[in-house]
Amino acid sequence: MSRTESDAGARPNVQFRQVGKPLTRTDAPGKVTGRTPYAGDYVMPNTLHMRVLRADVASARLTRLDVSKARALKGVACVLTAADMPDRTSATDIPGQTGQKRLDTDQPILVKDRVRYFGEPLALIAAETRDIADHAAELIEFELEPIPGVYDPLEALKPGAALVYGADNIVAERKIRKGDIEAGFAEADLVIENTYKTPFQEHAFLEPEVGLAWVDENDVVNIRVSTQVIEHFRPIADAIGVPHNKVRVRGALVGGGFGGKEDLTVEVYLALLAKHTGRPVRLEYSREDSFVGHGKRHPFVLTYRTGVTNEGKITAMDVQMIADAGAYVFLSPYVVLYALVAAPGPYRVDNLNVFARAVATNNMYTSAFRGFGALQACAAYEQQMDEIAGTLGIDRLELRRRNFLKTGEPMSTGFVPPSAIWTEQCAEQAWAALGEPAPVQGPIRTGRGLACYQQSYGRLTFLHDTSEAWVGVEMDGTVVVRSGVTDIGAGQISALGQIAVEVLGVTLDNVVIYNSDSAVTPLAGTTTATRALYMTGNAAKQAAETLRARLVERAAREFGVEAGDVDMAFNEVFVIDRPEKTMPLVNLVRICAAEGIHRSELAIFRAPFGDFLDPETGQGQAHPDYAYGAHAVEVSVDVETGEVEVLKSIAAHDVGQCINPAAVEGQIQGGAQNGQGYALSEEMLYEEGRLVTPSFSEYLMPTAMDMPRVECIILESRSGVGPFGAKGIGEPAMTAVAPAIANAVADAIGVRVFEMPITPERVVRALQQRDAS
Amino acid sequence: MPENRTITLRINGRDEEGRFPAHRTLLEALRQLGHMEVKCGCEKGDCGACAVLVDGMAVDSCLTLAWTADGREVTTVSGLGDLDSPHPLQQAFADGGAAQCGYCIPGIIVAAKAIIDENPEPSEDDIRLGLSGNLCRCTGYTKIFEAIADAAAVMRAEGGEP
Ligand code: FES
Ligand code: FES
Repeated sequence: MSRTESDAGARPNVQFRQVGKPLTRTDAPGKVTGRTPYAGDYVMPNTLHMRVLRADVASARLTRLDVSKARALKGVACVLTAADMPDRTSATDIPGQTGQKRLDTDQPILVKDRVRYFGEPLALIAAETRDIADHAAELIEFELEPIPGVYDPLEALKPGAALVYGADNIVAERKIRKGDIEAGFAEADLVIENTYKTPFQEHAFLEPEVGLAWVDENDVVNIRVSTQVIEHFRPIADAIGVPHNKVRVRGALVGGGFGGKEDLTVEVYLALLAKHTGRPVRLEYSREDSFVGHGKRHPFVLTYRTGVTNEGKITAMDVQMIADAGAYVFLSPYVVLYALVAAPGPYRVDNLNVFARAVATNNMYTSAFRGFGALQACAAYEQQMDEIAGTLGIDRLELRRRNFLKTGEPMSTGFVPPSAIWTEQCAEQAWAALGEPAPVQGPIRTGRGLACYQQSYGRLTFLHDTSEAWVGVEMDGTVVVRSGVTDIGAGQISALGQIAVEVLGVTLDNVVIYNSDSAVTPLAGTTTATRALYMTGNAAKQAAETLRARLVERAAREFGVEAGDVDMAFNEVFVIDRPEKTMPLVNLVRICAAEGIHRSELAIFRAPFGDFLDPETGQGQAHPDYAYGAHAVEVSVDVETGEVEVLKSIAAHDVGQCINPAAVEGQIQGGAQNGQGYALSEEMLYEEGRLVTPSFSEYLMPTAMDMPRVECIILESRSGVGPFGAKGIGEPAMTAVAPAIANAVADAIGVRVFEMPITPERVVRALQQRDAS
Repeated sequence: MPENRTITLRINGRDEEGRFPAHRTLLEALRQLGHMEVKCGCEKGDCGACAVLVDGMAVDSCLTLAWTADGREVTTVSGLGDLDSPHPLQQAFADGGAAQCGYCIPGIIVAAKAIIDENPEPSEDDIRLGLSGNLCRCTGYTKIFEAIADAAAVMRAEGGEP
């Protein structure tokens, strides 16, 4: 791990006792011994087992749905169809948010008459056993009359295309108009234009969607569910027609999210059947259900036209982006907004036009996925940088250096990110760490690739995001943190504990974090958008600091010194440099309790509140701040089979401040894997909207055989807007990986594959085309 | 109605009885008996989340019929160690940050046990091969490789089985 200490925008190092240390995460012991209950591991007596019946075509009219035989089957408690709830819909865009009003984008809970995508739910079944529920599904008779659909967003834009959404299939349109694009192109010595394509991607969290719901003694619907967002209790209540205070969502440690458990998944179905049957109900998706039951990463078509001088200075950039939104809106308007903002990447482009659209089709709907549009933009702009470097004959790193956005400079939206921008340091260190090239032989070619990125952390400022946290000290000196935050595997709650104990001077084994219960933990917002550490970390830090000030003040009186002379560490309270003046924290807590001094604190952290970007120019503040970094790889390509192997994978990120280095490295290494699969092997094949790869034997993510050891270079500018100057790493870890690999493949074989994933077939085809021309 | 049969499984050193139909998988049977540490990720033998040791061999319990395990020794991750006396693998995974969401971990630790049982000093290639049936979506495997190598070293130093 290396650190760069001097640069504009960096803050000096401080002495931490617990932050920045690779402590064993609080959630680790339970996970490695099998003790941790996940949402699917809770059982209740008298539980019914659910099953969702789905449409087996992508575009059709439902002409008949007869559930009478299923209802009559012994052991079936309930079968629901749209006929049982004709007006019920559920929200799809940013449900659960606390700030501004959301768009009007509801989807019918069950198909009423029109099927718009493959797998759309037709009926819900609850039965005494899973076997009976499966049998009941077979007894449901339905007829679907096919309607011509549209499966390509470019086709969907054409006049006369089948209509999936509105009058023109356009779900969202965003633009940036910055500077003088014509003058910029006039200034250019060379204009380079290319079109890049990125694919669907499946989150493939190992834990499929699952939940258990019951109605309690207060007539509240309780849902124990694997989710990134417990604040879905609001749209769930709206969907089933009860007040918001009659739905309680309790999370559990989540078996992977990556954005795929950001939207509602099984919650509404569970709530409906718990209500209808009055019994506990459980729904666990099969892997196939999971493949067709939640939104995917948006495929994008991105056309970059870049004007450059002979010296490699970008003078103008025009970007056109089309994203496949699938059949329902979900988070598409915001995904294209992220892509728009990210369009020029971590580069200074003063003359910029971007036009980004999300277009409806009868494909699977698309929504949140780690990187959220900004990643697709990076896949294109970083390949474009290599194309420019190649054309101009300038070293790839040098070309980037000549264009990097620097600390204090305005980005695409005119906003000046408040933190340090260390893209250049990251790029140099990652590139240098590749070391000596691996030896090659036979039909194997090797190549190297680099990609840099800019990725936001924290939600869109117009959402007016907030997060609450409660920190208290128990009578025995142990610490309790309460936060609604969900932990999706990155160590979110352990990091909160680490922050609280740093401030309060206790050790991590003395803290318990209660999290993700919408009824009893202070609402902390979503674990999405790389916001958990930034938002909930700041809230926990604020609460802990206020509490600490109160405790220290009382201790100072006890010691007869000023509050500034008192410190807290390792469960002791003491006067700095006066070893005789010390007492265990527990004694101080007892004094406070005896005097009625409040031993806990509830804090709210507010992100910067902003407005929408200007609709004509796209100028304004979209996010609180941005993270920067780089990924470098070395690959080998077998020019006979087209097979690509990643030999070295090196990431360099400025994370602001590490809270737990082991957790940060873990995020980076997982991002490298996620991005490698996206670049090379993960392919969702659809035929007329029907997914033909709904299993892990067809949808190939990198295995232990495919992954190189991922090397992490962590830089700490301590300039971020998170706690102690932290930025975020959840999404940034993945953003630049795929273009780095694409660039390395192009470097190895001398020709670019413009469409991901870069499968052996595509490599071979590109080589044949190269040889033919 | 399918015929039910009573079988006895020796799970983590204790005999447990259950009545199951012929098509019930070992995964379902174990979970029905309360062994929630055995995870379901695909039910198709593609992910390894459900791996357990049957008579010392790592198998995907979702592909194993419960009846075929009648009278056999079944070890889950919880049988290797617990919070008070963790197995070196469990210790190494926890301390090395090798578990993120943790959902794959019960299967991976079981597979790792089988790797080390076969070869107390596994090379990185041995580890990779031994884990080729276990998917993890969170970690990129780097820290998992390291944890297994670390645990193997600890076990060698301790002189065999703890
Ligand atoms: S659940 Fe058995 S291999 Fe996936
Ligand atoms: S730790 Fe999440 S799948 Fe492995």
